[in-house]
Amino acid sequence: MKILVCISKTPDTTTKIAFTEGNTKLDENGVQWIINPYDEWYSLVKAIELKEKDPAVSIHLITVGGADTEPIIRKALALGGDEAIRVNNNSNDSLIVAQEIAAIAKEGAYDLIFTGKETIDYNSASIGSMLSALLDQNFISAAVKLDLNENALQVVREIDGGEETCALNLPAIISCQKGMAEQRIPNMRGIMAARTKPLKVVEATTTEATTQIKNFELPPAKSGVKLIDPANMDELVRLLKEEAKVI
Amino acid sequence: MVLIYIDQDEQEIKKASFEAISYGAAVAKQLGTTAEALLLGTVKDNLADLGKWGASKVHHVNNIALNSFDARVNATVVAEAAKSLGASVLVFAHNLNGRAIAPAVAVKLGAGIVTGACALPKTDAGFIVTKTVFSGKAFASIEINTPIKVISINQNSFGAVMSDAIATVNELAVSVPSSTLKITSVHKIQGEVPLTEASLVVSGGRGLKGPEHWGVLLDLAKALGASTACSRPVSDADWRPHHEHVGQTGIQIAPNLYIAIGISGAIQHLAGVNRSKTIVVINKDAEAPFFKAADYGVVGDAFEVVPALTAAILKSKSNA
Repeated sequence: MKILVCISKTPDTTTKIAFTEGNTKLDENGVQWIINPYDEWYSLVKAIELKEKDPAVSIHLITVGGADTEPIIRKALALGGDEAIRVNNNSNDSLIVAQEIAAIAKEGAYDLIFTGKETIDYNSASIGSMLSALLDQNFISAAVKLDLNENALQVVREIDGGEETCALNLPAIISCQKGMAEQRIPNMRGIMAARTKPLKVVEATTTEATTQIKNFELPPAKSGVKLIDPANMDELVRLLKEEAKVI
Repeated sequence: MVLIYIDQDEQEIKKASFEAISYGAAVAKQLGTTAEALLLGTVKDNLADLGKWGASKVHHVNNIALNSFDARVNATVVAEAAKSLGASVLVFAHNLNGRAIAPAVAVKLGAGIVTGACALPKTDAGFIVTKTVFSGKAFASIEINTPIKVISINQNSFGAVMSDAIATVNELAVSVPSSTLKITSVHKIQGEVPLTEASLVVSGGRGLKGPEHWGVLLDLAKALGASTACSRPVSDADWRPHHEHVGQTGIQIAPNLYIAIGISGAIQHLAGVNRSKTIVVINKDAEAPFFKAADYGVVGDAFEVVPALTAAILKSKSNA
């Protein structure tokens, strides 16, 4: 039983976003890099839970990125991955990233591929869906719960206004979100063990991007808050009706 | 031709699809072509009515096997339909099902994709789509370089535009691969508008001190006809269900009105709500960072201010 967990490097959630080079590049000054929360808290920890139930499970991590992603891969190994693969490609084009992962996935014949629901930087939420087309496998998105019994999966996914339970067999691709597992903190033993776990670097195979970021911009600042006397809620209702026209 | 995917749930067309049609119709107008809709499965709605939102034609893959959603099957059928119809742009709602299939469809068509678009594309030179990035903290303009383009549109970012036009309906024959997954149960939260579709949202934070105090918020939501949301600490503490968590690691919403009660406004929370048209912040701490992102603010005790606001709304409704 082999699980491939896709890991992405993103700025910490508290990062104040700014841009450089004529608003074409993220200003990385002072940015703390973390494992994309959906990849770490939900998909990686879920894979670890499956391994804790069945020691025959092996967890492979994959990331598509430059050498600067290695600290976060080591952290993921410290949490509980068995080995890691880094595809040396700095692209932020979802299709290129998915194609690199699909190439590794085909070679490794994985039973399960986990991705986060989305990354918190480009929010494309595309990799799992793209992998399902590239590998012609079933894909369950926005999963909140997963049970595995031999070859049979039962997955609960979020739908608009509720949840839906699906039954399917391996192999499958699952994008994970809140509910799948609980965040963990790596322990000292894990951190020590991670130093010697295999981290293989493979060269990029795909180069042709289908999209290109032209520039970034920040949302326009609010013109300033209008404070209303807490004893005069009729005035707030009037403003919401007549000025903002939202009720 | 611009082809718009119509999402259905239990044989009803989803609201997000009406907005997607209007967006697709505007893109088609820009490109001097037609906007046509694509529906998989059977629905109770009258398909010709999709003309109201801007579709000149509705292509209908009339196969009841498609009434239950399977991402792999739906993506295959949509890609086949797009090929046979010669679509040059595909538009999806960026809702849960749209996210699950639009990227797969793009792969199958060799098309570049931008997900979570929040404005019409710029088409005077190239094809550039603006989307939210960093979970709402910024926008990116992205050029699609391929002949076929795929866009998924963020909910509540364009708006549905209505006319009295009627669409023609075309039964479209597409081979449907058999599904290898089975939906065994569906659980719907009764009577609630899904947060991503809600135009009015009332949200609570740690300032409400505990789940037993949520009554004031629920009363306000009921008076307004609003959906309810919460901050991350509140959902982490299980005061409210996880699906109500809005913010960078929860869901991102863009309602017309967002009322934040007892939420300090951490940067992660703001990321999830800063596309709201109007933000009202109620907090007893005048220094709460949320006031900087608000349109209207009330500095005061939520347990006094919120019931007073509820009463004022009910009074204004009874006067109307």
